[in-house]
Amino acid sequence: MTLVSKTPAPARGAQAPFVSAPATASSAPELQATAPARAFDPDQRRKGLWRMAVLGALAVVFAVLLLVYDNPMEVGSDGFWRILQMRATTVGTIVVVAFCQAVATVIFHTATGNRILTPSIMGFDALYRVIQTALVFVFGAGALAATDGLPKVLVQSAIMIGFATLLYGWLFSGRFANLHIMLLIGVVLGAGFGSLATFMQRLLTPSEFDVLTARLFGNMSNSNEAYLPWAALLCVVVGTLVWRKRHQFDVIALGRDTAVNLGLNHRAEVIKTLVIVAVLISVSTSMVGPMTFFGFIVATISYQISKSQKHAYVLPTAALLGVVTLLGSYFILRHVFYAAGLVTVIIELAGGLFFLIYLLRKGSL
Amino acid sequence: MIEVRGVHKAYSGKTVLGPVDATIPSGGITALVGPNGAGKSTMLTIIGRLLEADAGTVHVGGLDVRKADSRTLARTMSILRQENHFVTRLTVRQLVGFGRFPHSGGRLTKHDHEMVNQALEFLDLNDLADRFLDQLSGGQRQRAYVAMVLAQDTDYLLLDEPLNNLDMQHAVAMMKQLRRAADELGKTIVIVVHDINYAAAYADRIIALREGQVVHMGTPAEIMTSAVLSEVFSTNIKVLDSEPYPLAVYYR
Repeated sequence: MTLVSKTPAPARGAQAPFVSAPATASSAPELQATAPARAFDPDQRRKGLWRMAVLGALAVVFAVLLLVYDNPMEVGSDGFWRILQMRATTVGTIVVVAFCQAVATVIFHTATGNRILTPSIMGFDALYRVIQTALVFVFGAGALAATDGLPKVLVQSAIMIGFATLLYGWLFSGRFANLHIMLLIGVVLGAGFGSLATFMQRLLTPSEFDVLTARLFGNMSNSNEAYLPWAALLCVVVGTLVWRKRHQFDVIALGRDTAVNLGLNHRAEVIKTLVIVAVLISVSTSMVGPMTFFGFIVATISYQISKSQKHAYVLPTAALLGVVTLLGSYFILRHVFYAAGLVTVIIELAGGLFFLIYLLRKGSL
Repeated sequence: MIEVRGVHKAYSGKTVLGPVDATIPSGGITALVGPNGAGKSTMLTIIGRLLEADAGTVHVGGLDVRKADSRTLARTMSILRQENHFVTRLTVRQLVGFGRFPHSGGRLTKHDHEMVNQALEFLDLNDLADRFLDQLSGGQRQRAYVAMVLAQDTDYLLLDEPLNNLDMQHAVAMMKQLRRAADELGKTIVIVVHDINYAAAYADRIIALREGQVVHMGTPAEIMTSAVLSEVFSTNIKVLDSEPYPLAVYYR
């Protein structure tokens, strides 16, 4: 490939005096377009959509299997429907959690310009834990049960959003406007929040601690039925918001300088993204407890299997893959190994191994 | 026209630029030259609003770069830094397509695709359009970045050391392409260059910086004198009166 300009270097006009250069900006001759206008790689689009369809079908298969497989009651009886309803709650929980983790991790990767760190590293999980603990610490265990439902979801989300905005907004403005410093502070704060939560837990009465622990270590099978619709609603709202910003995420992924050059208010967008991440992680954590590596596996595999790196492909792929992974592993553990409670543990184990292998193969952050 | 008024930038009390006043008229290529640490890149990135000045104002095409709407600015002025590293794996065509973001908001229209094709054509990137950036050589990648800011279709183009890491062949080709962009497309191009001879051969105006101050402004003929260059670069520089442009010699 030689790099020869097609036209000889145009002769420059007589050395123009410094101030009277011709202002030709508006009367510039248009370049001839020789290549025809081409839509963005239609083949890749078809492949991307095809893979999403396969994932979607798999998700439906696993969901249906989970709902109807091995139901001991007679089809159509009251008990049958009761079991179906309980299982539907589990499936719904899994879908919401998988969606939250997958989307949160992908946009967190985009906003921070790295693909190794996960939201929990920034202390989002710890933030949730400290809020829950503080609630019990200040108001007693009764407060947890008494405040369940929509108001609690709203207040909890509001606190998380407020905290995340203040914290990360402050960290990301002024002289701290450096993502790496922010991440570092996030890690330290996360550890700090964790210790604070542990400290408050030490001071609780055993019964209060028991109630709190049940909240902090969630489980797919016994998640709160009343909470699910609101969490799902929140997911729909956030999901719509994220989807509408998908093109902006593509630009944010190019890094600060390029994003600013392309007319994006980078700082504001990153803060908004981190707030969205806080909301999603708070929903997920409040349902099944902290999951450090699940989002990481799902996001990393999505980058590999979605043909295009555009968020319009990566986000749906990640969400679907998350649902398939979680539904699938839950189904297998429950009906093959009879160990449904271990789902998060196993996923964390596999995810942790995957994380290490990925890190070692990549050789750097 | 780019107007820089009283721009000042300091890092923890140590002034790296300014206060600087400069006027860069529309059209042609303006080269910022000077020794390391003279504030060339700082000045360029402040003009391009990637860096906030501590004091002073910058107007590009009548827009105050600190106050004007960012998207409006992105349709007026584009800036390219020296080092660009993306986490996303992009093809050349996708990268160049991003240049249309300020116009289309991400959903490329037919007109956007035409502009992308023109930019690819202009920088001889047609054969490489569907290659991934990480499969390109440094020079090819550099051209792809320039194609992106060209597709942005702004009147003002700011390039921070576009010749960085390019060998002779590619550096010359790059300068010729920038010259064409200025002459044929009427762009106002501001570049930071290290090699004064490239500035002498291709630029219409040269702004010489030293220790954060603009020390000389003028045509290559005015700047390319032994006295001026020796002062700016603190090096003994001879200027050979060769054709078609003067040549600075400073190697021994």
